Amino acid sequence: MQSNYLVRVKNISVQFQYNIVLENVSLDVQQNKIITLIGPNGAGKSTLVKIVLGLIMPNSGKILRQKNIIIGYMPQHLHINPILPLTVERFLTLGDIKKDKIKSILDEVGASKILKTPLQHVSGGEMQRVLLARALLREPDLLVLDEPIQGVDVAGQYELYDLINHINQEKQCGILMVSHDLHIVMATTDYVICLNKKICCSGHPTTVSQHPDYLALFGSKAAQDLAIYTHHHYQNNQQISA
Amino acid sequence: MDIFHLDAFLWRALLGGIGVAIIAGPLGCFIIWRRMAYFGDTLAHSALLGVVLGFLLDFKFNYFEINLNTLLTLSTLFICIMVALLLVILQAQKRLATDTLLGILAHSVLSLGLIALAFLQGEGLRIDLYGYLFGDLLTITETDLYWIYGGGSLILLSFVWLWRPLLFITIHQELAQVEGVAVTPIRLLFMLTVALVIAISMKIVGVLLITAMLIIPAATARNFSHTPEQMSIFASLIGCIAVIIGLFMSWHWDMPLGPSIVLGSSMLFMFSFLFCNYLPS
Repeated sequence: MQSNYLVRVKNISVQFQYNIVLENVSLDVQQNKIITLIGPNGAGKSTLVKIVLGLIMPNSGKILRQKNIIIGYMPQHLHINPILPLTVERFLTLGDIKKDKIKSILDEVGASKILKTPLQHVSGGEMQRVLLARALLREPDLLVLDEPIQGVDVAGQYELYDLINHINQEKQCGILMVSHDLHIVMATTDYVICLNKKICCSGHPTTVSQHPDYLALFGSKAAQDLAIYTHHHYQNNQQISA
Repeated sequence: MDIFHLDAFLWRALLGGIGVAIIAGPLGCFIIWRRMAYFGDTLAHSALLGVVLGFLLDFKFNYFEINLNTLLTLSTLFICIMVALLLVILQAQKRLATDTLLGILAHSVLSLGLIALAFLQGEGLRIDLYGYLFGDLLTITETDLYWIYGGGSLILLSFVWLWRPLLFITIHQELAQVEGVAVTPIRLLFMLTVALVIAISMKIVGVLLITAMLIIPAATARNFSHTPEQMSIFASLIGCIAVIIGLFMSWHWDMPLGPSIVLGSSMLFMFSFLFCNYLPS
């Protein structure tokens, strides 16, 4: 890969106790490109994301970051203790940020209606938008999104991916994203990395989707099952919240 | 003369109680936001060992003739910090869940305190155990008041400084870390603050009831608050009202002060709980 990287991960390995989580993984995150990590559960996707963020140090290998790089992070979950009174607005002002800026960013992600809503009362899709807004407020060079469409209905999933694409084009920032949903990933990303403790295959979505390692890991039927599974998962969530 | 005397100790109790309530407000909010109620309890249980250590030092090694109350506060602070550090070390091993560790620590250190106390009593030292477990109006001295207001100002000042990063860590630790909050030092400072509050407020409600002073007013304040800052200020106010109710009940019906204050705050909690059924969510 070229040298104009934002973050470069080079031959890293991570081990928890006797458990190898990542083995000899390298990757470059570049400006203006969307990289998506896919892989089964326990493949080390979140661990790799945490290494890029600097939350975990690898047992071996190197991480290089551009000087003064600002990273916007959108975590997988945000569970707010119901006993903490916190509105969307207050959550977004946590990082010393002006109020009019918050309004414009919330407009951008389509969540301006919930400015004064307590965080505990927003829906799954709105929560993802708030978290995205939070990451964007820092005007990041690199956006790191850990399963950004979790708990969002199918229509909302497409909207969110459109939004992410739009942000990528408008803000010229690099995006590193973890995803479970293979279909949508194929349509919206520049570069896919298929991870299962090590990198199985990587490249443009169309190349990866025909790669024998990819098919061995997911298979065409397994890919469908995965999509159905996410759908079920969503329905369950809805029942609980109703 | 007698009336004057009674007045003086009532005033001391009132001032001491209000001082503790003001500090306990914001701290208690963070304790319930961070689900650390059991941590507070563990430090409070450990405080007894601190008290015994203070008496031992005073009894055997007080060459500098330090005021007994100061010595007790310092030794309690020392033991609380040691227990908090031990917890941090054990947590880092990731072998047992935090609540299990706290259960082990709390009762081990409490037992150690009770055994050490028995030995000291065997040596002929008289300690009012009941007073330290449940608080005692009569033991509040001027030195205690200096500790409460001196230490309390320090705690409130550090809270102004800690507020934003601590709130951020409470909401999402990893997000805070990515955005540049120094997570470990801030968590350690918070633990230190809890230890300091327990050491200085032990006299008012006793080691077994301190956690109630932290948790109940904060939980009551939740029902009226829309922002974290509001909640902590309301928690302080509610704590003050509970102290006044407790003192009143204790004075009029000859009830023990510590439990009366706790009962006062429980009553306020019940009131807010029922009242808030009528508020739109």
